[in-house]
This record gives sequence, C-alpha cells and structure tokens, in this order.
Amino acid sequence: MSRAEDRQARASTRNGWLLSVPALLLLLFAASGPLVIVIVYSFLTPGQYGNVVWGFSPDGWIGVLFTRDIFDDTLGLADAHLTIFWRSVKLSLETTVLTFLAGFPTAWFIATRPPKARALWLFLITIPFWTNLLIRTFAINEVLRSEGLMNTVLMKLGLISAPIQVMYTDTAVLIGMAYVYLPLMVLPLFAAIDRFDMKLLEAGYDLYASRWQVLRHVILPIVKPGIVAGSILVFVPSLGAYVTPRVLGGGKNMMIGNFIELQFTQGRNWPLGAALSLLLLIVVMVALLVYVRAANKGSNPHG
Amino acid sequence: MAKRFDIARLPGFAPIALLSFVALYLPIFTLVGYSFNAGNSVAVWSGFSLHWYSAAWANETVKAATLRSLSIATLASAIATVIATMAAIGTTRRRAFKGQTLIYVAINQPLMVPEIVTAVALMIFFGMLKQVTGYQGLGYLILAHAAFCIPFAYLPIRARLEGMDLSLETAAADLYASPWQTFRHVTLPLLGPGIAAGAMLAFVISLDDVVITEFVKSGGQDTLPTYMLGQMRRAITPEVNAISTLLLGLTVALLTAFFLLTRKRG
Repeated sequence: MSRAEDRQARASTRNGWLLSVPALLLLLFAASGPLVIVIVYSFLTPGQYGNVVWGFSPDGWIGVLFTRDIFDDTLGLADAHLTIFWRSVKLSLETTVLTFLAGFPTAWFIATRPPKARALWLFLITIPFWTNLLIRTFAINEVLRSEGLMNTVLMKLGLISAPIQVMYTDTAVLIGMAYVYLPLMVLPLFAAIDRFDMKLLEAGYDLYASRWQVLRHVILPIVKPGIVAGSILVFVPSLGAYVTPRVLGGGKNMMIGNFIELQFTQGRNWPLGAALSLLLLIVVMVALLVYVRAANKGSNPHG
Repeated sequence: MAKRFDIARLPGFAPIALLSFVALYLPIFTLVGYSFNAGNSVAVWSGFSLHWYSAAWANETVKAATLRSLSIATLASAIATVIATMAAIGTTRRRAFKGQTLIYVAINQPLMVPEIVTAVALMIFFGMLKQVTGYQGLGYLILAHAAFCIPFAYLPIRARLEGMDLSLETAAADLYASPWQTFRHVTLPLLGPGIAAGAMLAFVISLDDVVITEFVKSGGQDTLPTYMLGQMRRAITPEVNAISTLLLGLTVALLTAFFLLTRKRG
C-alpha cells in the first residue's frame, strides 16, 4: 500500500467514526448508558417510599428467588415470583408455537402466489406489523371481552347461553400475544420461503416422497434459518411483554414485564425491580446469541 | 411459467393462511366499526354516528395529548433521521474499519434490549437528572424517543446507500466538485427516498410508543398512547376506539407512502 493510500484509508476510518459519533452519543445518553445505573441500583438498599438508599445490599438479587420471613428472618423460595417467571416463559413459548403453526402456512401461501398478488398479500401482513401494538391489543380486546364480538356471535348462534369469560386469564394473554406478534413470525418465514427453490419439491416428488415427507425432509430443513429468526422475533418481545398482559391479563395474570413495573410503583422495591430487569435482559441476550449462532450456521449449510 | 402450481401446494395451508388473515383483520375492523357506534356502550350497536369523533375532538385532554404526541414524534424523528443519515454514510461504502461492527451493534441496540428494561433504566437516570437540573420538560421524552428511533431510521437509509452507484460521486469528484458539493448535489438527492422512508418509520415508531413514554413522562405529559392505556383502567369508551381509528388511518397512510418510496424502480 502506498503512503497516499494509507493516509486515505486512515482518513476514511476517521470520518466513519466522526459521522457515527452523534448517534453513538445519543444512544449512550438515552439507551445503553442508563443500563449501567440499573446494575448499580440492583445492589442498593430500597428506600422506604420508593427509590433507593445509597448503601450496598445483595437483597435485590436475593429477592428475585427468595423471600425473607418477617418473623425469624429465614430465607424461603418466593413461590409468587416463580409462578410469574414460569407463566412468562410458558406463555412466550406457547405464543411462539401458536404463531408458527398459523404463520408457516400463511408465509407459504404468500410466497407461492403469483408476483403481483404476492406484493398485496405481503402488504396486508405489514399493516398490522406497523400498527400500534396498543391499538391491536384494544382490537383483540373488542373480540374477547364478555360483551365482545366472540360472545355476541356465539350467543346469537345459540351455541352458548352465557358469555365465556376469557378476559383476565392466561388464555386471553396468550391469544392476545399470538395476535399481536403473528406478523413478526410471518415476515422472516416468508423471506426464507421466498428464496426456497421450488424445483427441490419436484425432485422430492419424483423420488416418491409424500407431501408430508417433502415438508418434513426438504422444506423445513432448508427454511430453518427463517424458522429460528421468526421464533426469536416472537419469543423475545413476548418475554418482555408489558402492554398486552396488562390490558388482557388484568392485575392477576402478571408477566415479568408487569412484575418489574410493580416493583417501581406499589412494590417500592427498586433494587428488586432493577435485578429483575437485568435478569430479563440476560435471558434475552442468551436467546439472541443462540439465534446469531444458528443464523451463522444456516448461512453456510454446506460448510 | 414453468413452475407447476400443484407442486407448491400443501394441503390445508391455504385455508389456514386465509384464516390467519381473517384473524388479523377481524378485530381491527370490529374496533373501527364500533368507533362509528351511536350508542354510549361499546357492546350494543345502535346506529352509525360520528358522535365519538366529535367527543374526542372536544376533549381538551385528548387534544393536548395528540399535540404532544405529534410534536414529540416530529422532533424525535427529525433528530434520529439526521444523525442516522450521518451514521449510515459513516458505516457504508468505505473500507471495513476497526470498530465498524461495534458501531453497528450499538446502533441496533434498541432493537435487542426489551423495552421495559430501557424504560426502567431511563426512569431512574432521567429521574436523577430531573432532580439535579430541575428541568422537567418534554426534552427527556424527545431524546428517549430519538434514541430508540435511530435504528428504524438507520436501516432503510443504509439499505439505500448500499444499493447506490459509487461512480456518480467519483464522476463529480473528477469534475472538481468539493466533497461537500458532491454530497449536497449528488449523494443527498440520490439518498432522498431512503431518508424519507427512514424518517417516516421513525415517526411511526415514536407515535406508537407506550412503554418507554409511560415510564419517562412527568406528570401531565401524557401522549396519545399513554392516555389511551390510562383509559383502559376505567371503562373503555368508544372515544378510545375513535382515537385508535384515527391513529390507524395515519399509520396506513404513512406506510403506503413508505412502500411507494422504497418500491424498486423500473
């Protein structure tokens, strides 16, 4: 490399950094940086009326799993917390499975339309994708609540005599989350199926494979990166969901997002809230790492 | 076309797909439909009326929240778009440099961290700042929104840059245009649709935000979504349906514009 080229390359790197600095500074100030404060807060003592008192205490982290007995000060497993963690994980997994079962046929259907129709079907998926999550939660609420669309129709048809009480149950939260996150599953699946070479199906059928065998042994393995991407895109926001469980689950069927909020409001235990936030962040980061590794494998299937 | 359709057909897939589309749109149409309900109740249909739209319009709280939402979204998306454009130019079309991946990860960080975690972090940090500086204004919300809008503005601009032909800029430089002139008269016009698309996505994302706003706002700083969430605690009125329908209309209009802007030419 000549000297002039060398100088040019260095200038280019410098400009690259300089141009990125404003974005990085804003993110440091109003997104990533404050996460450090959360780490500090998780090791402080809760103040009596919320906030914290500046003094080290491991109780925030201990409180994630244990409660201290008020009488003899012994530690016991916090069943209520475990119930909330288990509900969050279970509902998020169920949401992922449900959106896959509905989303895979939907993505396949869109990808196999003729090009012009395909753009329209895809647009129909993108509209809910970009529509306010709160509005979509309200919309599913209109269907599920006791005087809502579902119960009205079922009662008019004479199938039920009294409204089914779905609202404020885990089922309502599950239906709601599957509803709001379905587009997040369909879009990456579509991207994967769109690249799928349909000639491979011909090859499969020529070799006397049944439709099920073709699906199982040809289609699914090849579109696997799309399946992994869609699952992560649904699982991660489900796990941190706040709005949907709050509106559809009411106060009783909390998920971890609502439980975190509770610590900063009525719970008045900010260190516990901080520790719970970090726990959620760690789980999400692990899920994302799994995704990145799976995606890297997927991009090099013959390697 | 050589592709035979029966080959790509998998039994049961089309009905499930159509059902999914019905399931996606039926609730939205119900919500929109009930916003035109004349009656007081959200349950019983008692005829067509624009009553709830005028009720929402007459509601000073709603008006203030709408104005606040729009000003935050405008300012936040403007800030995010300008600095995302700079970052996109800084991280594309040059020799890969040390730290480039780091910048990329940092910019996309808001897409990875759960919103509730960022919300809690900002509540604590901005709470401290509010106490220290005494400033309680909308600035916090604007900066928080601008920050999480950055990746949404960055990604379409970056995509546009990567698809752009370098030779036009080389030609401009050969004709003795200064770097600034090249940028102003060649790069920027070519980049226009990408910037517009990024700005629109940022605007929509800011307008939609509930969680971070809910935690960062000071008293009396409700945006439209946090106002609506607050209404959910009490009995839902068709007024909320009317507001939702208007927001929905705005989103669909912006999205349509976005698709027209990013559509491949020719």
